[in-house]
Amino acid sequence: VTTAVLFHTCLVNDFFPNVGFAVVKVLKHLGYEVDVPAAQTCCGQPAFNAGFHDAARVAARHTIRLLERTQGPIVIPSGSCGDMVIHQFAALFEDDAAWRSRAEAVAGRCLEFSALVARDLDRLAPASMQATVAYHPSCHLVRGLGLDRPPRIIIDAIGGVVPRAIPADDECCGFGGFFSVKHADISSRMLERKLDAIAACQAERLISCDMGCLLHLGGGLHRRGSNVKVQHLAELLAEALP
Amino acid sequence: VTTTFPLRVRRALEDKALGAALGNVSMQLRTRRAMAFASLADADAIRDQARKAKLDVLRTWPAQLEAFEARVRANGVDVHWADTAETANRIVTELASRYGAKRVAKAKSMVSEEIHLNAALEAAGIEVVETDLGEYIVQLAGDRPSHIVAPIIHLTRADVGRVMHDRIHTPLTDDPATLGRFAREKLRDVFLTADMGITGANFGVVETGTICLVTNEGNGRMVTTLPRVHVVLMGIEKLVPTLSDLDALLKVLPRSATGQKLTAYTSLINGPRRGSDHCGPEALHLILLDNGRSQLYAGDCAEILGCIRCGACMNACPVYTSIGGHAYGDTYPGPVGAVLTPGLRGLHGWADLPNASSLCGACREVCPIRLDIPRMLLALRKAATPHYAPPWIRYAMHGFALTANRPRLYRLATRTLRWLLRRGAEGEWVRRVPGPGRQWTRTRDLRAPARRSFQEQWRAQS
Repeated sequence: VTTAVLFHTCLVNDFFPNVGFAVVKVLKHLGYEVDVPAAQTCCGQPAFNAGFHDAARVAARHTIRLLERTQGPIVIPSGSCGDMVIHQFAALFEDDAAWRSRAEAVAGRCLEFSALVARDLDRLAPASMQATVAYHPSCHLVRGLGLDRPPRIIIDAIGGVVPRAIPADDECCGFGGFFSVKHADISSRMLERKLDAIAACQAERLISCDMGCLLHLGGGLHRRGSNVKVQHLAELLAEALP
Repeated sequence: VTTTFPLRVRRALEDKALGAALGNVSMQLRTRRAMAFASLADADAIRDQARKAKLDVLRTWPAQLEAFEARVRANGVDVHWADTAETANRIVTELASRYGAKRVAKAKSMVSEEIHLNAALEAAGIEVVETDLGEYIVQLAGDRPSHIVAPIIHLTRADVGRVMHDRIHTPLTDDPATLGRFAREKLRDVFLTADMGITGANFGVVETGTICLVTNEGNGRMVTTLPRVHVVLMGIEKLVPTLSDLDALLKVLPRSATGQKLTAYTSLINGPRRGSDHCGPEALHLILLDNGRSQLYAGDCAEILGCIRCGACMNACPVYTSIGGHAYGDTYPGPVGAVLTPGLRGLHGWADLPNASSLCGACREVCPIRLDIPRMLLALRKAATPHYAPPWIRYAMHGFALTANRPRLYRLATRTLRWLLRRGAEGEWVRRVPGPGRQWTRTRDLRAPARRSFQEQWRAQS
């Protein structure tokens, strides 16, 4: 049995524990033992994006040390945290060869959730379920990690699920971490446009691979009184597994 | 600029006509760009060559500039160096007086906007007329361009008709053909009577000393051939090494800017009129402008000097297409402007720009030179934080740095925050968050945090 390490991310840990359990369920169906290191905190992305690189390095070093002590693939259920660990850790240690190579070694073991699942999709046999779903491709997943197809392939593999394309789906939802608070006016306009696009495709569920986007989109939908259900891809897939 | 960025943003967001115009035009330009690139075989390889050409020049910049200068001089062009906007304006004004120029015809040039050339010439008693249609309307309206390729993207047809009616007494109409005819008549007279033509430059080819100009309306051709004197204003970053590199850049620039395979006019200028030439200016002056560029070169954002001003990043940017160009407050708007403006002018007064981005990366995806604009925005944020970050973010980051490598303390802190947020929740939703978080709940609800974290539940189970 291979062990997979779950780096659950802050948003899953503190806001959406069910996503964590859904990821575990999918990983078990793929035949993994799941290791959830207890000492994990945050990858440091909020600090990095806000320009506080020293604070980000504190989190990055902690995360690297912690993950170095584990074995097997490291699964990250988020495009943006995934991009942080896989690409930006190395950028943070640009001038520090030792930490840079440690960062790269850890990054080499990391996989965003949909990338791992799409690789072994034939080992899953999702049951059929009735649902119309709109998929929101998050910016860091697609443009940061280059993962456009995997989540769509996974959704297509669930029988009975009807995908509904969001018009201009590659446009950002306006979350952007602190951006959503520091430049709330601009962020809200971007959200408004995205919610209009989502409403136009009349899906029952909105699926994404980033809980940041879904915290934002879900909050916008709820304010509008919409009953579109917001789910991480892992939750949708877990529902179709016995 | 006297207004603040948040104020300009608010005004832009309240302007419904602006919102509609930005949505329509940017969508059109995006679609056209995508189609134009789809028709280009080896698009990726050509973009790589274009990137390499621009970045290679920058790597040996001083030597390239000297080689270009020598070539251009050998072609019979007078070369002037201007380290600041003031110097450049003084040189142009002196040239106008040396040649007795009373009327100047200008083709579109963002560098001339950057240095406020029109105001300087007018102050010296010289009449300046913009001959690019969009820029002409901007000038009539006493406005500023809001997009580097589509200067009046912020105006409707009716706005244009009103401005032309008020300023040059056309009949009041919003019919583009009628308005175009009137403008053409006015501008024809300007071409024939101007003593001096001023243009920018899209590229300077080091190998041959060629100045390349890309236009669509034919006004560029008129301005560079009819008046007695032609003055070219060029940022010192505009170089490309060879004609074969120019070929690559001419394949990507029009496609990125307007979705054209080639613009209607591509001028390659190799000097003033020579013995047997039957047209062209008697004298050609080239002004090479620094104005902050060499200072930018020394920092983390030197890569932005590879920008070829196609505007594709603006059309792709969800922030630009929400707030338009004027909100950025300076000559260059959009993602490129968010790097270029603080880069050229310093962060003081401009620190909002690199922060006003969700870092979605759409700009990097469409940039023909593949400039990593998000990386540069992050570098500027890093430079800005010690001086310009709001106090609450500094406190939060201080707390973050204290707890991020102390898991027990971190868990205590997050549990406390979750508890505090849940206290304000109605059911599973928070409708109002106090403190800086109120900016979130102005337009969005906040999912209440979990009562027990994933870790807590996981540990309890296993």
